Amino acid sequence: MKDNIISVKSLCKDFGDIKVLKGIDIDIENGEKIAVIGPSGCGKSTFLRCLNCMEDPTSGSIMFNGVDIADTSVDINIHREHIGMVFQQFNLFNNKTVIENIMLAPVLLRTKKLKKQKRKNFFAKLFRKYDKIVELETTEDEIKNEARERAYELLRRIGLEDKADVYPSTLSGGQKQRIAIVRALAMNPKVMLFDEPTSALDPEMVGEVLDLIKQLADEGMTMVIVTHEMGFAREVADRVLFMADGVIAEEGTPAELFDNPKGERTRQFLKAVL
Amino acid sequence: MSSWNLFYERFITKGGYETVLSGLLATVEIAVLGLAIGILLGTVIAVVKVMPKYNTLPKVLNVICDIYVAFFRGTPMVVQLLIGYYVLFPALGIMMDAIVVATLIFGLNSAAYVSEIMRAGIQSVDPGQLEAARALGLPYKTAMLRIVIPQSIKNILPTLGNEFIVLIKDTSIVSFIAVVDLTKAFRMIGDANYEYVIPYLFLAAVYLVIVFAITMGIRAMERRLKKSER
Repeated sequence: MKDNIISVKSLCKDFGDIKVLKGIDIDIENGEKIAVIGPSGCGKSTFLRCLNCMEDPTSGSIMFNGVDIADTSVDINIHREHIGMVFQQFNLFNNKTVIENIMLAPVLLRTKKLKKQKRKNFFAKLFRKYDKIVELETTEDEIKNEARERAYELLRRIGLEDKADVYPSTLSGGQKQRIAIVRALAMNPKVMLFDEPTSALDPEMVGEVLDLIKQLADEGMTMVIVTHEMGFAREVADRVLFMADGVIAEEGTPAELFDNPKGERTRQFLKAVL
Repeated sequence: MSSWNLFYERFITKGGYETVLSGLLATVEIAVLGLAIGILLGTVIAVVKVMPKYNTLPKVLNVICDIYVAFFRGTPMVVQLLIGYYVLFPALGIMMDAIVVATLIFGLNSAAYVSEIMRAGIQSVDPGQLEAARALGLPYKTAMLRIVIPQSIKNILPTLGNEFIVLIKDTSIVSFIAVVDLTKAFRMIGDANYEYVIPYLFLAAVYLVIVFAITMGIRAMERRLKKSER
């Protein structure tokens, strides 16, 4: 029995008249690491961005947690909490310190739930429905303290706890990207999406970021990585997708795809990049 | 009596300074509260304008905001004051102090300008910031409020300072609806003896001092915001 965490069916995405994705089908198993490669403009990034609905799919379905998140009537925010995303340009919040960057989303989202429960309890009390009152499990201070502890733990893991209180503008690209990764991890996501995580980095910083991603992979995190680092894809991925012209042109294990490419397009591409 | 003595007598001995102080208060009150209303409402309008427009509601809101901005930028503020004070609020059966009407109209007028400033500010923030916040599961509203708008404020602070200065100086028209502001107060002092040179020069100096103080304040704020990001 396969344990699919995401399953995509005939996913299409148009930007105006341009058809970027022309029907993508793929099942992603729990714990699987998938690398997406392909020439630029083939729709790799769009595919990745559709997986957490940063781009709303034009048609098709994306089942995640048993829900079709491509359906616009679904509250996507709840599902995005479980899908971490790392961007090419890091996108750390410039107006927040490093520690605030990591704490922000967990604190805000948990506090929001707490407040909602408090409101419900208030009305339950008001209408004397005492059986409806739910005991609050935590307080706002506790939420903050827990988030801070977790954030420091994550920072220690990447050896940047001394940077907790600085603003992102003082950090190197590699540091920024590693912090962006742990910021996503702070939400305890079930799957991580990486959109060319090393493409904007100076060459000497690529290693530190790839090492961190590799650690996550070894811990069993499910991940989808759009990358141009073929060596890395071969080393980490369980399955490699080669995309061209908005479809998955070829897929297979790294050994199959890199050593014995079947399609002509795949061969051409690999010849050009390797 | 020389004109200086006339002014001195009016201003100190006969209590003219009291009128001037209350006029100054009215001027500052209208401008400060007006700007506050303008920033709040202007931010809402700006967000409506930059919001993704897939559904009907944002589209309708967008049209309403466009009409609003077109009206308040397309007509002189004096006309808006007159309409508000003599036509609109009486017609609605609302009795309001002239100074309250003036504050409201200044706020509504300023919102139209601030909305455009704010829109430019929001668009100057890297879209990646909003994307990153949304990708973490934050709702659009929270992401705007916590991440995008604070960063845009930093970018538009000098322009907002401009708007505040304009508002301070524009309060000199509120005497059209019988509010005694700084300008009106000094004119009353002049009217008493038909001697205007010194009151008007004094008036100009007071505006100059206020605007200078605001400029300094804005500069200090900018410095502080810049420091917080190093």
